[in-house]
Amino acid sequence: MTQTMIRVSNLVKSYGDFMAVKDISFEVQEGEIFAFLGPNGAGKTTTIKILTTLLKPTSGSVQLDGLDPSVHHNEARKRFGIVFQDPSLDDELTAYENMDFHGVLYKVPRKTRVERIESLLKLFELWERRNDPVKQFSGGMKRRLEIARGLLHTPKIIFLDEPTLGLDPQTRNQLWTHVKKLNEEERVTVFLTTHYMEEADRVAHRIAIIDHGKIVAQGTAQQLKEQTGGETLEQAFLALTGSTIREEEATSVDQMRNMARMFRGRRR
Amino acid sequence: MSAIYILWLRTVKRYVRSKPRIIAALGQPLLFLIALGFGFGPIFQRAGQGNYIQFLAPGVMAMTVLFTAIFNGIELIWDRQFGFLKETLVAPVPRILVMIGRTLGGATVAMIQGLIVVVICFAVGFRVNSWSGLPLAIVALLLIAVMFTALGTAIASLLSDFQGFQLVMNFLVMPIFFLSGALFKLDGLPKAMSIVADIDPLSYGVDGLRGALIGQAYFGMALDMAVLLVITTALLATGGYLFSRIQL
Repeated sequence: MTQTMIRVSNLVKSYGDFMAVKDISFEVQEGEIFAFLGPNGAGKTTTIKILTTLLKPTSGSVQLDGLDPSVHHNEARKRFGIVFQDPSLDDELTAYENMDFHGVLYKVPRKTRVERIESLLKLFELWERRNDPVKQFSGGMKRRLEIARGLLHTPKIIFLDEPTLGLDPQTRNQLWTHVKKLNEEERVTVFLTTHYMEEADRVAHRIAIIDHGKIVAQGTAQQLKEQTGGETLEQAFLALTGSTIREEEATSVDQMRNMARMFRGRRR
Repeated sequence: MSAIYILWLRTVKRYVRSKPRIIAALGQPLLFLIALGFGFGPIFQRAGQGNYIQFLAPGVMAMTVLFTAIFNGIELIWDRQFGFLKETLVAPVPRILVMIGRTLGGATVAMIQGLIVVVICFAVGFRVNSWSGLPLAIVALLLIAVMFTALGTAIASLLSDFQGFQLVMNFLVMPIFFLSGALFKLDGLPKAMSIVADIDPLSYGVDGLRGALIGQAYFGMALDMAVLLVITTALLATGGYLFSRIQL
């Protein structure tokens, strides 16, 4: 019998007057690959942050494997792995050290840790480079390392927030092949966001589309296409969310990151 | 415990690997020792106060630890910018342990840097009264290190970028250093300045170091150590609280 892995009911997150997430509800079953799609600023990342204990909801409830992450933080945190939208590796450490750091933080026993780091680094084709500092890695290698790291503690759920952003088609293709394989072999529930509709179409069992903080449609890729009369998922997506471009203000963090990038050349 | 250890280890590894930073951070204390030490030395001597290097060296040791510690605490902002902070915040570890691990790591780095400066001080002619004071001096340095790493962490928990960093440097860290008695004697100061020096926690750190190394404590060793201990504990608690409230 399958079990509900993620349950979100009437979730609201507001910042002052602005409501980033407006009363959304959905469920993801165990072993499912669930795509959460939407234009920039639709509320995808906010939802992921709430699910992963980084933000507290304004109202509504969230359950991961039956646990409320805002109450049982640490129990809930053990159950998921996450690949964030932007990098979260320590560039000064080697690939192996980044993995080991994660393993220790998640209390993976030493023996299992060593074995699993080896098998995951081999799976993601990074074993040869394990002793190189991450700052020497390409974007694709970093992403692979982050996914490998997210899976190290054998989570039940893995969150992938735009994992293929800025990667070439070869790397993207390979990455999704790995994700599908892991989903089939380890029965990991996958919660993903992406802007590449064909990726969602290819890997996701079910899709939810969010726009302006509300879920506008849910179902399989096929159902969404039928519902809108679009031939591709991209057409269905545009039919549901319109074709206006969403302007997103650069946050102070984005600005800082740009400055840091310029500065980094001199600093390192 | 393993969480504290791995966070400590990470901070120390980052330090050991950034050789330019180690060397750069030694330039300032060296300049202070030479320019001020030898520059003001003759005046100090003529005023009947003895050898200025002897007086200044504990102040420069405290300064090194202060700046390295604050900077290590503030480094939290880098981790926030480069995303690594998220990795530690979603881990199934109580935030307070993450904060303690980071702080101990930062304090260790500040201590290493401070001990290098102790050696430099000896090289430019500083001499202790008696070696028996050295362990107490190390305790004082350690307390300064933990105190200001915790302060840096507390401040960094409130800032989301480096916009406010210069403000913190100019209106908090610099005054803490310059008004602490690291460079001058605290007796006979104008009233207002004397009050400021009395509430500056670094004053007690510098004074404790002087008491331990050259036997000249203005406030008295017992008071110095007690104040350092209380303020360090208070800042650790504040830093831990602010850190645990970070939302991204």
